[in-house]
Amino acid sequence: MQLTDLTALELGAAIKSRACSVEEAVRASLARIAALDGRIGAFITVCEQEALQEARRVQRGIDDGSLTHPLAGVPMALKDNLSTRGVRTTCGSRMLEGYVPTFDATVVERLRALGAVCVGKTNMDEFAMGSSTETSYFHPTRNPFDPARVPGGSSGGSAAAVAAREVPYALGSDTGGSIRQPASFCGVTGLKPTYGAVSRYGLIAYASSLDQIGPLCRDALDAAAVHAAIAGADARDATSVQAPPLPPLGAPDLAGLCVGIPEEYLGEGLDPQVRARVLDCAQTLRELGAQVERCSMPALRAAIPAYYVLASAEASSNLSRYDGIKYGYRAAPRPDGEEDLTGLYARTRSEGFGREVKRRVLLGTFALCSGYYDAYYAKAQRARALIRASFDEALARFDALLGPTAPTTAFPLGERLDDPLQMYLGDIYTVSVNLAGLPGLSIPCGADAQGLPVGAQLIAAPFGEGTLLRIAAAYQAATGHHRRAPKEVG
Amino acid sequence: MKVTRELVDSVAHLARLDLDAAEREAALRDLTRILDYVDALSALDTDGVQPMSHALRLQNVLRADEPAPSMAAQDVLQNAPERKDGCFLAPRAVE
Repeated sequence: MQLTDLTALELGAAIKSRACSVEEAVRASLARIAALDGRIGAFITVCEQEALQEARRVQRGIDDGSLTHPLAGVPMALKDNLSTRGVRTTCGSRMLEGYVPTFDATVVERLRALGAVCVGKTNMDEFAMGSSTETSYFHPTRNPFDPARVPGGSSGGSAAAVAAREVPYALGSDTGGSIRQPASFCGVTGLKPTYGAVSRYGLIAYASSLDQIGPLCRDALDAAAVHAAIAGADARDATSVQAPPLPPLGAPDLAGLCVGIPEEYLGEGLDPQVRARVLDCAQTLRELGAQVERCSMPALRAAIPAYYVLASAEASSNLSRYDGIKYGYRAAPRPDGEEDLTGLYARTRSEGFGREVKRRVLLGTFALCSGYYDAYYAKAQRARALIRASFDEALARFDALLGPTAPTTAFPLGERLDDPLQMYLGDIYTVSVNLAGLPGLSIPCGADAQGLPVGAQLIAAPFGEGTLLRIAAAYQAATGHHRRAPKEVG
Repeated sequence: MKVTRELVDSVAHLARLDLDAAEREAALRDLTRILDYVDALSALDTDGVQPMSHALRLQNVLRADEPAPSMAAQDVLQNAPERKDGCFLAPRAVE
C-alpha cells in the first residue's frame, strides 16, 4: 500500500496517527506527479516549493494541536480558475498566462486554514468552456484509463489527477457539467453543489448564475468532508447562503428512500452500455432498500438549447473585462504607432482568446442583441423556469433522481473538437441541473467493454447534498466500482 | 434563423473581436449550425412563463456599511500589462 493509494480521509488519519508526516504525504503526491504527469498532463502549474514549505507549517500546526481537521496535511489540487495568491492562475487561457492573483479564493482560504496543502493547479478547458479539456491554451489532458481519450471537461485536469492517484482530491467548477462529466469519464466521485452552497469569490467567472465550485474525490466520504469544508455563506459572494450542516452518512441501507429515473435520461443518443450500467446501479439501490421508479420530465428536452444561449450570454458579458488594460494579455503595439483604444481591445481579445471562447462570446453577444434578445435570451430564460418547475415537481415526489452523467464513456482526443454541436450534446444530462440550481453527484457505476468508466448521476432538491452523499456512500459500501484504478498508470 | 456574413461582422464588432477570413467563415458555419439547433426553443410553449434569471429566489443582500481596508494600489497594478506613475496605461481615447 502506497500513500497515494489512500483516500483523503485515510491519509488524513494516517497523518494524525503519525503513521506518516505531512511532508511524506506531500512528497508522495509530488513524486507521483513527476512520474506520471508527463503522460497525463493534468497540471498546468506544480507548486513543489510552496507545497513543501506549507507541509512544514501544517505539520507544526498538527503537532501543537492547532490543526485538527480530518483533511489537515492532506495534499490536494485546484482547478486553474480558482484564484491562488502568489501562484499564477491561467484559466487555461493565453489571456491569463502570466496572471498572478493577489488574493485567495474563499474556498482556497478555507482549505488552507484547515491545513490542506495545494500541490498544483490543474488543466481545464479555456475559461471552463468545453467538455474535453482540449481547448486549454497549454496542452490537452489525457484520460488515465486510456491516454488516447479525453478526460472530459472542463475540470479534466482535476478529474485525471484524482484518477491517476496524483492527489487524493481536487476542486473543480461546474457550470454545465464540468465536475460531473469528467468525474464520470475518469471514474471518480464528483459533486456539483447547490447553487449558492459554496462561495464563488475568487472563481474566475464563466456564467455567474450557473457556476459552482465542488470536489472531485475517490469516494463519497471524501466528497462529504471536502464539501463541508468549503461550503457556507461568505460576505464576499452575495449569492452564497448558509445551508444546514450535512447529516452523518452512517446509514448502511437506503430504506425509505424513493429514487426516480426520468425517461428523458434513457432516450435517444444514450450508449447502450452506459444505459445498462446505470440500470445496474438502479438495481443495486433497490437491493439496498430504495424504491426506484420511472418518471417523465419532458421539459428537459429544452435544456441544451437554453443552456448554451444563457451560458454564452453570461460569458460574453463576464469576459468583456479582458481588454488588455487592467490585467492579463495585451496585444503588441501597432508598428505604425497609430493606436486607438478599441483597436487595442479587439486585437488583445482576438489574440488572447481561443476558438471555443470566441465561439461562445459571439453566440452570447448575438443572443443579447436587440432584435434577437426576446427570441433567444428571454425565451431561454422562460425555458429555464419550466425546467426548474419540472424538477420541483419530480423532487416533491422523489428524494433523488438517477440517470447517466453523460451519454457515452470517454471519447478519443480530437473527435469532437471541430464539431461544437456534437460536443455540446454530450452535456445533455448535466446542464439542466445547473439551470435549476440543484446539487448533482456523479459516481462510478462500472465500465464499458473497453474498461472505460461509466458514471451515474444523482440529483436532489436544493441543499439535498446530504441525500446524494448518503445514497452514494451506501452504494460504494456495497460495490467496488469507485475503487477501480486505471491500469495504464498503476 | 438565417445567419449572414453581415450579422457575423456586426456581432464580432460588438464583442470587440477581429476575425480573420477563415474565422469569419467558421463563425458563420458554427453559428448557423448552433442556432438551427437552438431554434427548437421556439416550439416550446412559454406563454405566461416568467423568465428565470437566477436559481435562487434572490432578495437584496444588505450589510452594514463599515470601513475596511481595500486592495493596496501596488496590488491593483501588479498584473497591469502597462503602467506608469501608479496608473494603468492605455492608448489615447479622447483627442
